[in-house]
Amino acid sequence: MTGPLTDVVVLDLTQEIAGPYATKLFADFGAEVIKVEPPNGDPSRKLGPFPSNLADWQLGSAPAEEKHLEKSGTFFYFNTNKRSIAVDLESEGGKEVFWRLVDKADVVVESFKPGKMDDLGIGWEAISSRKANLPLVSITNFGQTGPYKDYKGTDLVLYAYAGEMYSTGLIDREPVKMYGTAALVQSGSAAATAIMGAVMMGRWQGVGQHVDFSITDSHLVGVDRRHASVMGYQFSGRTTLRAPASGTRLLGGVYPCQDGWVDLDGGGARFHRSARQFLGHPEWLEDPKWDDPSIHQNPEMIEEFNAYFYVWLMEHTKREIWERARESRILCGPLFTIEEVFKDENFRERGVFQKASHSFLGDFEFPGRPFIMSESPWEYRRPAPLLGEHSAEILDECAFTTKEISRLAISGNVGVRV
Amino acid sequence: MTAQLPLEGIRVLDLGGVWAGTFSTLLLADQGAEVLKQENQFVWQPNTRAVPGPNISSQMTQAGPGWITGFPNSEPGPRPWNYHPMFVSLYRNKRSFTLDIRNEKGHEILGELAKISDVVIENSAVGTMEKLGVSYEWLKELNPGIIFLRAPGYGLTGDYVSARTMGSHLEGVIGHQLLRGYRNEGPDSNSAIFSADYIAGTQIAFAVMSAIWERKKTGKGQFIEMAQAENAIAMFAQGYMQYAITGTEPDRVGNQSIYPQESPTGIYPCKPEGDGDPAQGKDRWIAISISTDSEWKIFRTEMGNPEWAISPQLEQWENRYSQHDELDKNIAEWTQKFTDYELFHKLQKAGVPAAPVLDASRVPTDEHVQERALYSPQTLQDPIGEFPFPTPLFDFPAANGGIRRPPVAMGQDNEYVYRELLGINDEDWDLLEAEGHIATRFNDSLM
Repeated sequence: MTGPLTDVVVLDLTQEIAGPYATKLFADFGAEVIKVEPPNGDPSRKLGPFPSNLADWQLGSAPAEEKHLEKSGTFFYFNTNKRSIAVDLESEGGKEVFWRLVDKADVVVESFKPGKMDDLGIGWEAISSRKANLPLVSITNFGQTGPYKDYKGTDLVLYAYAGEMYSTGLIDREPVKMYGTAALVQSGSAAATAIMGAVMMGRWQGVGQHVDFSITDSHLVGVDRRHASVMGYQFSGRTTLRAPASGTRLLGGVYPCQDGWVDLDGGGARFHRSARQFLGHPEWLEDPKWDDPSIHQNPEMIEEFNAYFYVWLMEHTKREIWERARESRILCGPLFTIEEVFKDENFRERGVFQKASHSFLGDFEFPGRPFIMSESPWEYRRPAPLLGEHSAEILDECAFTTKEISRLAISGNVGVRV
Repeated sequence: MTAQLPLEGIRVLDLGGVWAGTFSTLLLADQGAEVLKQENQFVWQPNTRAVPGPNISSQMTQAGPGWITGFPNSEPGPRPWNYHPMFVSLYRNKRSFTLDIRNEKGHEILGELAKISDVVIENSAVGTMEKLGVSYEWLKELNPGIIFLRAPGYGLTGDYVSARTMGSHLEGVIGHQLLRGYRNEGPDSNSAIFSADYIAGTQIAFAVMSAIWERKKTGKGQFIEMAQAENAIAMFAQGYMQYAITGTEPDRVGNQSIYPQESPTGIYPCKPEGDGDPAQGKDRWIAISISTDSEWKIFRTEMGNPEWAISPQLEQWENRYSQHDELDKNIAEWTQKFTDYELFHKLQKAGVPAAPVLDASRVPTDEHVQERALYSPQTLQDPIGEFPFPTPLFDFPAANGGIRRPPVAMGQDNEYVYRELLGINDEDWDLLEAEGHIATRFNDSLM
């Protein structure tokens, strides 16, 4: 069985994180994604993690950056199952290649700054006059229009402006973001639905159009609290301030335990239903005073509870606590390290990890399928491509002759690996 | 002629809840699907219409954070579940009907609807659908083309099937709680965030659309299982890749970039509003990300080439990375002289990535938000006034998208579902109402 999108060709000009994640979802579910990279590669090829440790970089003993173009963990993850052709879109030969690829494509996806495609002569006007039913999806920081369209963005900058960062963290400190590039990955995931819709309209209705996907917009109206904080403000005039999840509730928040931390939410109605079972019916908890619903807002009672609870926590591991929470139906999550997730039997047996073999990175396992489709499953067909790894075969598929291919390679318009 | 939205003609039976499920069907509705949200006057689906339950007292709406208790005009109104700030904006472009699917008749009617639907989505804890007798086998027998997607926290098999979880807990399990937050604080300083709901919502929509694409070719429906914890791993891909290729655990980096080349990167204080009391929301901050050596030189010039910054050593990111904390202190002294918007425009116009950290009150008036019309005034069914609501994440310019229907109230489309779709007569309607299936309020027993 193969993925559902095997009959979709995506011409992918995106770089960095958000765009490549969107097109990775297509590639992972069977689409033919042709990644058009500049001759020096997608800039994310220069981003870590690298197999050589970070310390080597700081000490200056790591090899020169260029040698790492094929060793980026970031590039690998966001580009599995794609093929790469290295094209200089500034050159005439490169543009000719682009137009031949357009003829094959069901959708063009790009992430240049607004106006760049037009400057290159391959913008929306040109695309639609070449092929009227071909959609173009542009994924940019602030969109194609508006006062900030030419502004730059990074995960931090975009999340600060558009996401619910202001209310994340401690009140007496600066707001704090999510890990890594989580906000960009979220936007990439949302962008995949935009691309899919555009492909459907193109194929089923013969409609081409230019879809303007703005990363900031996808957070300004997005679902990790931003939609709620803005709505709540419009309704009540009250804003949402930074507050930790822990410390003010009965049996709620992140707690230390014998071997780490657990996140628990067993307060409110759940407390009366489940707390005794969860804690193994200790004598102190049999007192009927714990049945009074008003204790949940009472700092003295919370303190009294915690005096017993912290002792109990230190006697139990996070896995033991989670098991008890499952039995007593209390919301809970142990705080695992990445290593613990990789080694976790449940995740391993469910097939979360995929083996990979890569000519520069070696053999390793990485997180594979995002969901399971019974009839058209996720499939790992190939590792992320080397820069220009598929230039020659893609040119061949576009009916360039051997002679033309060597001309393009010699002129540097296309990077062909030998 | 205007084109149709991509999913016009697709009917989605929405048995989902919380943000993940509710967001997923919102995205499908925005793309033209007819989403029928099933509700039940006797069952309080956790965190789907309001928190902590349908009985919101006037007192509860007077104080507390806007996103949880900020009701329209700080009043619970006649039917508070129809305008809870955590959910109301997720009900645009949808239809709502009520049906008690716990009994035989309700189950039978659900089956009738499944026959005329294309997609069924649910994301309850494992056991809920089993108890209700809703399975892929049952749905497939009624409708071979049906696409059924289930998205429990940890999937349908394995050791953690019975785990109860919200987005915040499963982020702990897949590592995010240890990876995010301040570098020198423990994870008990973390705020509860729900990034997993965002990615699950978008990928449920993507999965369903992919299955619709497949069905168009083969005529066959399918079953999709999404374990939300597994799905959310992608957000932390670089951390997983670090372990994968080096065997080392990634560090918590706070607001710094995980890429050392992008140093300095951080959140810096700006000239506050009034006394700057953060407990009143008057503190102001700017995000700055110096992503390249050349951006550093521009930034240095914008700061007026201060003594501490002019060392040529700092022109190399390796040195900016190793001196990050010291640079942060110096940068913070400079940023405090400006308002966040002043600095935003000054730095961006010079070519340095920066932006204010916007709290909710400042979003609606922001120029970008206004010019791109990200909020649109809508009137709800109950007379609570007109308020700006978020619009879809993106538009298809060839079709008429946007907000086609304002956020739906509970049971607002009972007429449509029962009379138009199911062809029920007046007599049956009265009976269904008497039996508690048809309602527009939660039952008094839940109040």
